[in-house]
Amino acid sequence: MARLHEYQGKELLKSQKVPVPRGGMASTPEEARRLAEELGGEVMVKAQAWVTGRASMGGIRRAATPHEAESVAREMLGMTVKGFTVEQVLVEERLDIEREFYAGVIIDDRARAPVVIFSSAGGTGIEEIALEHLDKVARLEVDIEKGLRDYQARDLVRRTGVHGKLLRDLGGMVTSLYQVARRYEARTAEINPIVVTTDEKLYAADCRITVDDYAVFRHPELGIEIAREFDRPPTELERIAYQVEATDYRGTFYFIQMADDFSRGEGYIGFHGAGGGGSMMSMDALLSRNYKLATYVDTSGNPPASKVYRAARIVMSLPGIDGYFASGSGVASQEQFHSARGFVKAFMEDRLSVPAVIRLGGNMEEKAIEILKRAAPEIPAPLEAYGKDDTADFCAERLDALIKAGDIKELPAPSPRPEPKEPYTFESPTGTVIYDHAVCDTCESKVCVKTCVRQILQLEDGRPVLNISLEDAKRGRCIECLACEVECHFEGAGGGFVDLPTPGLEECREGLLKQ
Amino acid sequence: MSILIDETKRVLVQGITGREGMARTRLMKEYGTNVVAGCTPGRGGGDVEGIPVYDTVLEAWEEAGPLDVSVLYIPAPLVKSAALEAIDAGVKLLVIIPDRVPIYDVLVIIKAAKKAGARFVGPNTLGVLSPDKGVLGMIGGRAASARSWFFPGPVGVTSRSGGITSAMAYYLAQEGIGATTLVHVGGDAVVGLPHPEVVKLFEADPDTKAVVMFGEIGTSQEEQVADLMQAGEFTKPLIAFIGGKAAKSGTRFSHAGAIIEGGRGTHEGKVERLREVGAVVVDSFGDIPKATKEVLAKLGL
Ligand code: SF4
Ligand code: SF4
Repeated sequence: MARLHEYQGKELLKSQKVPVPRGGMASTPEEARRLAEELGGEVMVKAQAWVTGRASMGGIRRAATPHEAESVAREMLGMTVKGFTVEQVLVEERLDIEREFYAGVIIDDRARAPVVIFSSAGGTGIEEIALEHLDKVARLEVDIEKGLRDYQARDLVRRTGVHGKLLRDLGGMVTSLYQVARRYEARTAEINPIVVTTDEKLYAADCRITVDDYAVFRHPELGIEIAREFDRPPTELERIAYQVEATDYRGTFYFIQMADDFSRGEGYIGFHGAGGGGSMMSMDALLSRNYKLATYVDTSGNPPASKVYRAARIVMSLPGIDGYFASGSGVASQEQFHSARGFVKAFMEDRLSVPAVIRLGGNMEEKAIEILKRAAPEIPAPLEAYGKDDTADFCAERLDALIKAGDIKELPAPSPRPEPKEPYTFESPTGTVIYDHAVCDTCESKVCVKTCVRQILQLEDGRPVLNISLEDAKRGRCIECLACEVECHFEGAGGGFVDLPTPGLEECREGLLKQ
Repeated sequence: MSILIDETKRVLVQGITGREGMARTRLMKEYGTNVVAGCTPGRGGGDVEGIPVYDTVLEAWEEAGPLDVSVLYIPAPLVKSAALEAIDAGVKLLVIIPDRVPIYDVLVIIKAAKKAGARFVGPNTLGVLSPDKGVLGMIGGRAASARSWFFPGPVGVTSRSGGITSAMAYYLAQEGIGATTLVHVGGDAVVGLPHPEVVKLFEADPDTKAVVMFGEIGTSQEEQVADLMQAGEFTKPLIAFIGGKAAKSGTRFSHAGAIIEGGRGTHEGKVERLREVGAVVVDSFGDIPKATKEVLAKLGL
């Protein structure tokens, strides 16, 4: 779930007329001082980090003077809170707290509806309060069509023992919170605490909102870079991977870098799963053999070969991995030979130098295994392929054995791909397909035309050309199955090539290698 | 018998002209599903795999006759509208295949379905398959694989993971145990037919003698199944495996989740709760076939 910073959440609340403390954002100590001067009086300096319990980590501090605000901000900026570097602080007027409340909205899977929660005791320790003082907490399921009525919100507040003007004002705030949650499609939205000051004013003093990842595309105004819940900022590779996913809707590609700063011999494995359930079991199989995960990758939901290719290359960009393990549920419905071709292209281009075990069980697995096995002799590291009748445990065992054996073949360096003499090219959805017709003239098999999954190629004077329009190929009729490159390499004369750039990857690799 | 799908149900495919829609329509048809119509706005008049395509669901209903089920192969942002169209037209069972459907859209569909007395599987589901009778969605990938992997028998299969749905049924079949129906409830936090709803359907199906369930950490679906067992609303033997034991629980960002869940959703909590009410919870996925065999043997099967 995409988290919003406190200040972003407060902006949204403000737009619904919810009062928030006066204040502003500072990314330098000087800015913090200036803000404190403008606000006048005592201020609070709050580190903007996506974690709970900031106060106990020194991320929320009081400053009596602008000078103090500056020095507090200096200490906070650049400090790391649970892996996050604090890049900004929020400087706010300090409130004289009389009483604190809690309000939250969450999508509850049991109710299958948004549920609004209100507690007449808020602030730190709200979770314990909720467990111990049931009378202080009230909740209400919201009818998604009607929304939360203001009278319902007032009654919710009443049920926690609050009355009078306070009840009315708190009811209003709860209604606004729901509206913000609904409008920005929040999985959770919370104000904790709602503060009543000694002069009887109400403020949303802190606010946490997570937006539904799947709805982020409808809210460009939120400026969410990666619609995923990270408990730290995304790494360079994660940014690159996210772009691949964002620009190609076919199938799912999920990438998390699980470790940073590791090197060969430490037991980190590039893990590449397919489907959540099977991936979890496959990871368990590695972990129980004392390996560690360098990546968590999921390519499932019938992704094209091109996506698997890019995923594999992103994993291989981590120079410290000791092995590559791809394993999903074992009995996948997607046609597994697409993934096999993606792996083969990636492993051959990058000359995979660590052992790989690829378990592609399921639909058309025989063909998938054959494609992988055929490529093994041309890859320096050992590559083994398995199907549904081999368990994840067995495959992890094999990888372990290969890593321990450490057999890496000496292969002659591949000659660079020659410039095509008579190029015939067309664009695919995310790349370019190139046939060197000069080579095709020497080719007897013409395997590209036979194996093109979508059958969009035909021979013209013995040379492969499209039998559909260029536009149709680009729009998706070419599904980037990579048959016209991979099959051509093994069965044809090698005239077929599919160029699939991954923006930013080469630069990132150079950087990682230097480290 | 079976649940949700058999060879008699009249099936519509929404989004039949897309990449996935076309490929899966072939699977469904070849496997024996009674696919009678397709729908893609703007593409009416043509056909896919010999199945007529209509512009609207109502048109499909009027021209092709009553529709029992609609399978949706629609881009996620358009799912809400397509699902409401099917529900309004009178379709009583939807299978929402795509991933990444915004959760508030799902809530709106839930509400509309409830009002109309309709149900839906998904979103983010591989679908439903009753061996040798019919398939909705993409379980098995192609008819030939589905035929060689699954056969009819006494066990109902329900899973929160798509790949595991097929994997469980396949490994059971390898041990000679067939299934009434396989259901992938969908991978999202909020789904139309979660585990508790599916086991209720299996309870009512006389051919289902036991249920095999793949649960996962998060949500309260497995706990709700336990509640049903305790209340005597689900009385058949249950064999379960809960995935995600090794997954480190993520740093929690909100308090609301903790308040609502109050300790539910964890691996331990689920296993304990299910065992308390008499379910057979295996510790290793590979033990499912053996445990199921034992349970069936006790039933004299
Ligand atoms: S198989 Fe390769 S070399 Fe042969 S015709 Fe096709 S693209 Fe050209
Ligand atoms: S042209 Fe055909 S064989 Fe080549 S990538 Fe596209 S669909 Fe595959």
